[in-house]
Amino acid sequence: MLKEIKALFLKELKLEWRQRYGFSGILLYLAATVFLIYISLIEMKPELWMTMFWIIMLFTAVSAVAKSFIQESRGRFLYYYTIASPRAVILSKLFYNASMMIVIGTIGLLIYSLMNESPVEQGGYFFLVVILGCSSFAFSFTMMSAIAAKANQNVALMAILSLPFILPILLLLIKLSQFALLKHIEHFPVQDLLLLLLLNIIMIALAIVLFPYLWRE
Amino acid sequence: MNLAKQSWWKVVCVVLMLITIIGGLLIPVPELDILHQSIRNLFYHVPMWFGMTLMLLLSVVYSIRYLITNSLRDDVISSSSVKVALLYGCLGLVTGMQWARTTWGAWWVNDPKLMGAAVGLLLYLAYFVLRGSIDDLDRRAKVAAVTNVMFYAIFVPAIFIVPRLTDSLHPGNGGNPAFSSYDLDNTMRLIFYPAVLGWTLLAAWIMTLVARARMMELQISGGGSILSPRDSILDSEIGARHNPIRDASRPQTLTPKP
Repeated sequence: MLKEIKALFLKELKLEWRQRYGFSGILLYLAATVFLIYISLIEMKPELWMTMFWIIMLFTAVSAVAKSFIQESRGRFLYYYTIASPRAVILSKLFYNASMMIVIGTIGLLIYSLMNESPVEQGGYFFLVVILGCSSFAFSFTMMSAIAAKANQNVALMAILSLPFILPILLLLIKLSQFALLKHIEHFPVQDLLLLLLLNIIMIALAIVLFPYLWRE
Repeated sequence: MNLAKQSWWKVVCVVLMLITIIGGLLIPVPELDILHQSIRNLFYHVPMWFGMTLMLLLSVVYSIRYLITNSLRDDVISSSSVKVALLYGCLGLVTGMQWARTTWGAWWVNDPKLMGAAVGLLLYLAYFVLRGSIDDLDRRAKVAAVTNVMFYAIFVPAIFIVPRLTDSLHPGNGGNPAFSSYDLDNTMRLIFYPAVLGWTLLAAWIMTLVARARMMELQISGGGSILSPRDSILDSEIGARHNPIRDASRPQTLTPKP
């Protein structure tokens, strides 16, 4: 099965590379949103900086991951069905979207820090939170995209489904990010980080268990 | 279900609800600083959350059952439970807001438990939007079952863990001087336990009524056997089953029991 996952992952990568307008579109969206936030606010308090960053990442993630299942036609789905196990399909999509989101997150962080002065003191910690956060966005939106693809391929539906789903994770991320603004962290939020990691693992596990049921059509 | 048609537990429910309503308003309650008489809301607000979480648990159990049996009956029970859970969620939010208004002075405050409750309501309203967008009954049931399991998996952390992360105005969290709901006066306990049981039985009763109505609707429109368990006999399934190359090279995947 690892071979299948690797093959599908490379397939996704090749497809994305051949039609680069997808990825560039997301980066453009990101840059435009960052610019909009800069223009409307100019000066930002640190908490506002953090919150705005996560909201921008949230909407970018919805756009980026939405097309992962919805762009595939029914014929292609049948083809995948005959050549690969559903677990391989979903795992490859999950990891592809997670890597894409981490790249987008890093680029987003760079652009955002360029335009708006970054109040982040604990850079390494914040980068860890960004990686975990972007991957959690990717995992949850991939699954929601798979569900919405079964429900008449409606992109708007995917956004409607994913926003309440991501709210608890977003709350956790914003709370974790506040620690990055402090010059000196008294007690490291190990429990919360573990909780985030656990939520990521739960989402992967659920996707692996539930996707084969969605796949059977 | 035969249990749904019996009336003994419904009589118990009515008696308990009468005890709750009458006793709840009449018994003497301890005087506490911020709460005064509004502490009586305990009998009406807290059982709402018990009812809601129990109904959601029931709906998840029946969703998983649906994934195994592919019987629309399980799907109907699952969606009826979510409907009742939403009803109780709204009632809980309204009673909570009323209580908040009288004790804290505002209808809505920045508090994680309220956030968790709002997330729960939003999640399951999204569940109904999803259900409404699919026309085919079997596909709707399957997608709804998968979605229900996923939403429950995020709902449980949202309700129980996230509120503990931050300080909260809620009684029992964040070092509040007010009472903790696990620290009841004996007279209040006398009404509280019947209240929880009564409200939960009421939730189950409403759920059985909604489910039975829906099942009858389905049987009238779809014929007698629409609710029975079935194999998933779909074309792509049959075609794929006869592909020896694929079957030989592919590892086993999850299959529903026939």
